[in-house]
Amino acid sequence: MSLPPDLEQPAGHDESRRTFLKQSSLLTALTFVPGPVVQAATNELDEKVAAAFEKVPLKLEVNGVKHKLSVEPRTTLLDLLRENLNLTGTKKGCDYGQCGACTVHVDGQRVNSCLSFAVMHEGKKITTIEGLAEGDKLHPMQEAFVKHDGFQCGYCTPGQIMSAVACVREGHAGSEAEIREYMSGNICRCGAYSNIVAAIQEVKNGGQKV
Amino acid sequence: MNQFQYVRPSKQQAAIDAVAKDPNATFIAGGTNLVDLMKRGIATPQKLVDINRLPLARIDADPGKLRIGALALNSTVADDKQVRERQPLLAQALNAGASAQLRNMATVGGNMLQRTRCSYFYDLAMPCNKREPGSGCGALEGINRMHAIFGFSDKCIAVHPSDMSVALVALDATVLVSGPKGERRIPFIDFHRLPGDTPEKDTNLEKGELITAVDVPDGPFTKYVHYQKVRERASYAFALLSVAAALDIENNTIKAARLAMGGVAHKPWRLTAAEQLLVGKPATEDTFRQAAEVAMQGAKAFKHNAYKIKLGPNTIVQALRTAASAA
Repeated sequence: MSLPPDLEQPAGHDESRRTFLKQSSLLTALTFVPGPVVQAATNELDEKVAAAFEKVPLKLEVNGVKHKLSVEPRTTLLDLLRENLNLTGTKKGCDYGQCGACTVHVDGQRVNSCLSFAVMHEGKKITTIEGLAEGDKLHPMQEAFVKHDGFQCGYCTPGQIMSAVACVREGHAGSEAEIREYMSGNICRCGAYSNIVAAIQEVKNGGQKV
Repeated sequence: MNQFQYVRPSKQQAAIDAVAKDPNATFIAGGTNLVDLMKRGIATPQKLVDINRLPLARIDADPGKLRIGALALNSTVADDKQVRERQPLLAQALNAGASAQLRNMATVGGNMLQRTRCSYFYDLAMPCNKREPGSGCGALEGINRMHAIFGFSDKCIAVHPSDMSVALVALDATVLVSGPKGERRIPFIDFHRLPGDTPEKDTNLEKGELITAVDVPDGPFTKYVHYQKVRERASYAFALLSVAAALDIENNTIKAARLAMGGVAHKPWRLTAAEQLLVGKPATEDTFRQAAEVAMQGAKAFKHNAYKIKLGPNTIVQALRTAASAA
């Protein structure tokens, strides 16, 4: 297919080869295997074959480390962090942008990493919960969450902390009401909200560099 | 999620061509709604045209109007000094929507184009004329507490979920689009459409047309404004019902009024007759109640959303009262 020269076409596309492979030997080889197994196997193989030809080059920086990657366009930023870069601090909660467990910073702005494709972040700087502490020294927001018991099960905590840091940096931590409003994108099913608010207020009023 | 091809044009015309010429291609900007719909198999584009590299994120404070680029982030617009001073109603409506994280991703153009959150639209096991034309409307005889009380058809009773759009329709905004046939300007009130027999179409945009900006004309509505949103928790939920109210008041007399409702129709619902009633009247509770009555004429409830027939006028009165006392 032809594209206008202006269109930045990610490398590695070869539709005719992909189609050819999908339609040929893989299916023939599986002819004598029972039906459901064939279906499962061909789906998986199709995926693998297709993925090999559909990957897009991606450069980004995560917690100060530069990465040159090759990813499928449908990989979300969340899955890239967890599955490809083994940064499992960022959590998958709902995976639909409703809970905030996946909150990371992209170029300093907090976002839901589950709702964007990794390829859309070419050249961007990502900060995850793993990038907040300096060596063994916890970030002031992490310290405050520990001090105020800002969690019970802890699953939402990485997202809460990333969101809380951004909330203070944005200047949206001026009052309890403002904190509650600007932290509403992070759900805590244990209900540690009052302690989370206390932690954020302490950091806001503490005057440390956040 | 289905596989798709991904391109990232740096020129507007290339982006438009890419979508106009391919029936299975679509634009992606913030992605907060599209990625969600793709994960659920509700949207299945074969090609995504990422427009984030196009220079459409500026907010220009022109004499007489604000021109807000289609790619300006919801959070950027809500925090913009010019927007807050000249169109505080718009800033309020933006901050009433979604969460801080989502507002950092969602664009102005994308906010207008978000799909309904009708649970039948989202449930692939249920009929929905908007998702699958001809399959029927699950909400009509189903659980319809979130649904429309104005402008619906027997094909669709879904509501439009945007808060920002309720403010923009009240403020007489204009949508600037560029497409295969050139550029055109669409008055905001004509941008979204009623369902009729084709609820699969949310807007009057044509295939390949790209929103480039929204113009919001200056008006006298810099002080007495209020966006009142009623939802099932204090924040981060779609509206059961919302009201955008803007007044110009001199010596307790209403000189001009703008009023619109969200969560009641397939499009942001402008209340022109109520606006006309308000003009020239004293800014009192009695006036607001009269306007609310006029506004609700023609409303019709379904099995589970009759509460909106009462909630509507009460919210209008509350929005007008709060707007009138804002200073």
